[in-house]
Amino acid sequence: MKALRIIGRSFRDAFKSVFRNFSLSMASILCATITLLVVAVSLIIAGNVEDVTKNLEKELTIVVYLERNATEEDAKFIENSIKAINNVSNVTYKSKEEWKNEMSEYNSSYGSIFDNYSENPLPDSFVVYVNDVNSLEKVTSEIKKLDKIDSAGYGKDAVTTIVSVFDFVEKITVVIVIALIFVTAFLITNTIKLTIYSRRNEIEIMRLVGSSNTAIKLPFVIEGFVIGILGSIIPIILTIYGYIIAYEKLNGHIYVELIKLISPYNFVFYISLIIMALGALIGMLGSLMAVRKYLKI
Amino acid sequence: MKFIELKNVNKTYSTGVTALADLSVEIEKGEFVFVIGHTASGKSTFIKMLYREEKPTSGSVIVGGINVAKLRNGRVYKLRRKIGVVFQDFKLLPKLTVYENVAFALECLGASSEEIRPKVMKAIEIVGLKEKVRSFPHQLSGGEQQRVCIARAIVNEPKLLICDEPTGNLDPDTSKEIMKVIDNINKDLKTTVIMATHDKEIVNRMKKRVLLIEHGILTGDYLKGSYKSHESA
Repeated sequence: MKALRIIGRSFRDAFKSVFRNFSLSMASILCATITLLVVAVSLIIAGNVEDVTKNLEKELTIVVYLERNATEEDAKFIENSIKAINNVSNVTYKSKEEWKNEMSEYNSSYGSIFDNYSENPLPDSFVVYVNDVNSLEKVTSEIKKLDKIDSAGYGKDAVTTIVSVFDFVEKITVVIVIALIFVTAFLITNTIKLTIYSRRNEIEIMRLVGSSNTAIKLPFVIEGFVIGILGSIIPIILTIYGYIIAYEKLNGHIYVELIKLISPYNFVFYISLIIMALGALIGMLGSLMAVRKYLKI
Repeated sequence: MKFIELKNVNKTYSTGVTALADLSVEIEKGEFVFVIGHTASGKSTFIKMLYREEKPTSGSVIVGGINVAKLRNGRVYKLRRKIGVVFQDFKLLPKLTVYENVAFALECLGASSEEIRPKVMKAIEIVGLKEKVRSFPHQLSGGEQQRVCIARAIVNEPKLLICDEPTGNLDPDTSKEIMKVIDNINKDLKTTVIMATHDKEIVNRMKKRVLLIEHGILTGDYLKGSYKSHESA
């Protein structure tokens, strides 16, 4: 009962304090708003980059052409050898007949070219899938070491560039998000410090009449929580509406169909939840740090 | 066991200044004790040690069965709930009324409104401020503000009332009235009172036990003593 009353009064005091020191609270709320907004944008970018990279990675394969004199037994042996290589997730066989049919279907002039040959001029092949895009090069060179391989490749330059650019973008966004979280926590800490300074008499009296440390800290921690939540409102609204509008305007992809955006429903709500939780957490942590420093507790 | 017991207490600040040296003293329940001495004599450190605002460097300080020297920070509030403190500068909250200032002490402890009201009214009545319940501190005279501070200190019915120069900012007539209030609390409520003061007149008139601290050393302990005994000592 007592604890409940203390918690109830802490909430009352926290709200009172937010509104009584309105300009000060406004400063930290705005601060939280701006940083959380940038965090939201970074999260959206990071989420999409990760999604696109994953999709791209799924499409990255090594195409292996066998020498023309390779027999069916050779093909079987090669398939097993490839499967035994590290990081290879799947191997599918594509015979020269399949290639021929596919190409003829794609363009009928290919069909007429093939008619000039008495024998199918195309080689048999394997399509190799890997677990980790970074292992493409190694797996390719391993495959090349095998007998009866004409060639093996994965469009080296274009692929590595795309992968490294996305890797870089992802890392940068993570760094930015972490840095911003620290900045926000620091700013909220400072604001709460000012509130604490203006209420140091109150705190001193609380300590002297025998308030427990938790009871003293609680209103400030709740105040940080309230500031964090209030600061997350605008970023959340902008995230939800901004992303949905952007998604519709861009028809769900950027420049090329390959770079698809994550569909907004659920995604924006996840981001909003993260932003709100971050706001609340940073607010509470910030004020806890401030209280600890200012109170002899 | 005595209510307050200090044994071989030493206090040296991190600056190297020794505030108290080998101080031992015992105080019974219900006593009224003056602590006198010059500025920087160590009497403030002595007073602050009783409510654990300062910790001794060595020695033991026992207040109401609690060893203050060994009390962890997180447990200090348990000691403070048994003690009321009155300050020279009142330390009232300017935005709260007299009633709210006194009630604040109980609110902090999680008391219910029904519990708070009669206790607060009783404390305000004891210090004689019933008519000013709704006034704010800036509408009160210095003496009245000190009464509010006393009411706040006794509202939780502490066993020990510590007064740190409570009349330091007041004129002689008002000081007399305040001393009467504190004396009544000591007599009627059987609250132990320890009071640091510079006010010779009060000490001489009231004929209570006097502890004299000079350069951190307890140089005199006079029953029914006064400044006169101090001067002759």
